[in-house]
Amino acid sequence: MDEINEGLSEVECDILVIGGGTAGPMAAYKARKKNPDAKVILLEKANVKRSGAISMGMDGLNNAVIPGHSTPEQYTKEITIANDGICDQAAVYKYAQNCYSIIEELDKFGIRFQKDENGEFDVKKVHHIGTYVLPMPNGDTVKKALYRQLRRARVLISNRFMATRLLTGKTGRIAGAISVNTRTGEFLVIKAKAVIMCTGAAGRLGLPTSGYLFGTYENPTNSGEGYTMAYHAGAKLANLECFQINPLIKDYNGPACAYVAGPLGGYTANANNERFIECDYWSGQMMQEFHNELVSGKGPVFLKLNHLHKDTADHIEEILHTVERPSRGLFHEGRNTKYSDKMIEMHISEIGFCSGHSASGVFVDDNALTTIPGLYAAGDMASVPHNYMLGAFTNGAIAGEHAVDYINDLDFDDFDQEEIVREKERVLAPTKREDGIPPNQIEFKIRRLVNDYLQPPKVTKKYELCQDRLAEIREDMEQNMVVRDSHELMRATETSSILDCADMAAFASLYRKESRWGLYHNRIDYPERDDDNWKCHVLLSKKDGNMVCEKRDIQPYIIPIAEEEKDMYDKQRVAVEA
Amino acid sequence: MPLVNNPTSVPVTVDEKKCIADKGCRVCVDVCPLDVLRINDLTNKAYMKYDECWYCMPCEADCPTDAVTVNIPYLLR
Ligand SMILES: Cc1cc2nc3c(=O)[nH]c(=O)nc-3n(C[C@H](O)[C@H](O)[C@H](O)COP(=O)(O)OP(=O)(O)OC[C@H]3O[C@@H](n4cnc5c(N)ncnc54)[C@H](O)[C@@H]3O)c2cc1C
Ligand code: SF4
Ligand code: SF4
Repeated sequence: MDEINEGLSEVECDILVIGGGTAGPMAAYKARKKNPDAKVILLEKANVKRSGAISMGMDGLNNAVIPGHSTPEQYTKEITIANDGICDQAAVYKYAQNCYSIIEELDKFGIRFQKDENGEFDVKKVHHIGTYVLPMPNGDTVKKALYRQLRRARVLISNRFMATRLLTGKTGRIAGAISVNTRTGEFLVIKAKAVIMCTGAAGRLGLPTSGYLFGTYENPTNSGEGYTMAYHAGAKLANLECFQINPLIKDYNGPACAYVAGPLGGYTANANNERFIECDYWSGQMMQEFHNELVSGKGPVFLKLNHLHKDTADHIEEILHTVERPSRGLFHEGRNTKYSDKMIEMHISEIGFCSGHSASGVFVDDNALTTIPGLYAAGDMASVPHNYMLGAFTNGAIAGEHAVDYINDLDFDDFDQEEIVREKERVLAPTKREDGIPPNQIEFKIRRLVNDYLQPPKVTKKYELCQDRLAEIREDMEQNMVVRDSHELMRATETSSILDCADMAAFASLYRKESRWGLYHNRIDYPERDDDNWKCHVLLSKKDGNMVCEKRDIQPYIIPIAEEEKDMYDKQRVAVEA
Repeated sequence: MPLVNNPTSVPVTVDEKKCIADKGCRVCVDVCPLDVLRINDLTNKAYMKYDECWYCMPCEADCPTDAVTVNIPYLLR
């Protein structure tokens, strides 16, 4: 294994789904359900059985809109406010209207959700305004249940193929994708009438404070290819300056508190045991207060459970240590920390792109369509804000079903064969050198610079310096990167995605000359939110080989936001008592 | 510029007495999302080849003989 073999083969399908984590399996499944004659390929860099953010399972649904507990209108309003008004509501509203039927379907797959003594869904309040959090006591079964459905629907699964570039056809439609096998270096070209990208967040952009390249919040398999493939194909990407930054358990770098511990009485506290944020729902405004506390002298910041009854604290510990990130227990064991007796130190995560938690993604409409005909995106990499796991499932389903209609009577679009030759050459270049710099060193340097210069608060001069340094690294990468086997070749190809994402993060941030979304886009040189000039999307794309940004109007709201409601997420700090 | 190998203590260990890779098992190698586990050509047992681990645990959870142990990578511990 791992020798590099330069073969190339070509296959055809109706719908190609790239990424078999959360959104991808649902997209492929729904497409096959709707049209059992459609040939659907699910391409996955890892193995669909255990890939993506939910590889081991999930603790709960963070954003379930369940009749009797909340309404689609209320949810759409809350997300619009949480995202500081930058929201095309149609997609959020459609999600909110459809997600309940997806919950019912997941329930039928055998993924059970928490119910109360009356048999009703036991939904918890964590957000500022509405009630949307639904625990999943057997959340560890998610992947297995999905996999069963994929087999039943006879989706064609290709594991260990990493997509590297999209193919666009001569008429401007999507035509397929190029991928490389991560264990043999063999290329696979997939011609398709529609492509649905579900490659997750760009989780390997910043460097975790531990310095361990793979100790990220996101599953590090998600190195941002979705973003870079869309970019190089000419699609538009939205609001990339709205970074993902999360409050996490320090060093372990896994989620701590809000959704599991919050409803049971846990909260975020400072070193004086004081609560300082009103609402632990992850938002940029909340992260700004977290950051303020860290630098105020009252930090560090902790997850506080030791005021609760020991049984409650132990119960929370039990959930947190078994389902989503089950190695968390091991971590605390090593540190000798029990939730019932000590507060747990927290910290700010590395930056990334993600619309699952934030709003940075490939620009899509309410059918999950990007700006390229036939190219869809769903889940963390598509621009629907705060859409989390249920958003990945629901929007994946929307994409899969829409794509089935789209391909009806459509033929393959022709593409330029030269594109394949060029891509093969680009990817294999590091295998042609005798010596040079290995990808792990280049990756480390990029991500270290991202931390040094791009981590908010954002300073213009630092951003400009970063761009210069990244350009130097690009030269090293293109001229000197060397790999010895196909595994390193995968890392090398990921490194080029990471570098592209770092460039995009810097470029989009410099374009938006205001501050918005709390810490996510806190620009020291433009400290105020400027609704007159910047209450709009920023779309980044590639024109004539260069990165450009443009403003795009927000669609008129479907659900109006009253003047007194629009800043509700700004009031995060606990009021000081007189 | 020539390359050297730096030593690193890997987080995942395999109990060779329990591992049945010599009977054809490949489960841990198959499921690992980071693709960092391999079968040793000489011993025919699974081992961690690359120190690029998310400490996510499918390898340990899915191993049929409980041969795999995931530890927290030293830099985070
Ligand atoms: C630690 C953690 C805890 C979370 N907790 C919760 C929670 O409790 N509740 C909740 O609602 N949400 C939670 N979320 C968010 C939720 O899990 C995500 O929003 C959702 O799973 C994203 O789905 P996705 O399909 O976009 O990405 P993923 O599920 O990550 O799937 C992306 C897939 O693409 C594959 N891939 C990547 N690059 C390529 C490539 N080049 N070629 C082929 N394949 C590729 C990856 O291997 C992966 O399988 C959490 C996320 C994390 C990371
Ligand atoms: S899953 Fe267990 S038994 Fe199978 S190869 Fe891996 S370590 Fe060996
Ligand atoms: S813990 Fe996760 S990343 Fe590490 S070896 Fe096991 S499956 Fe792979």
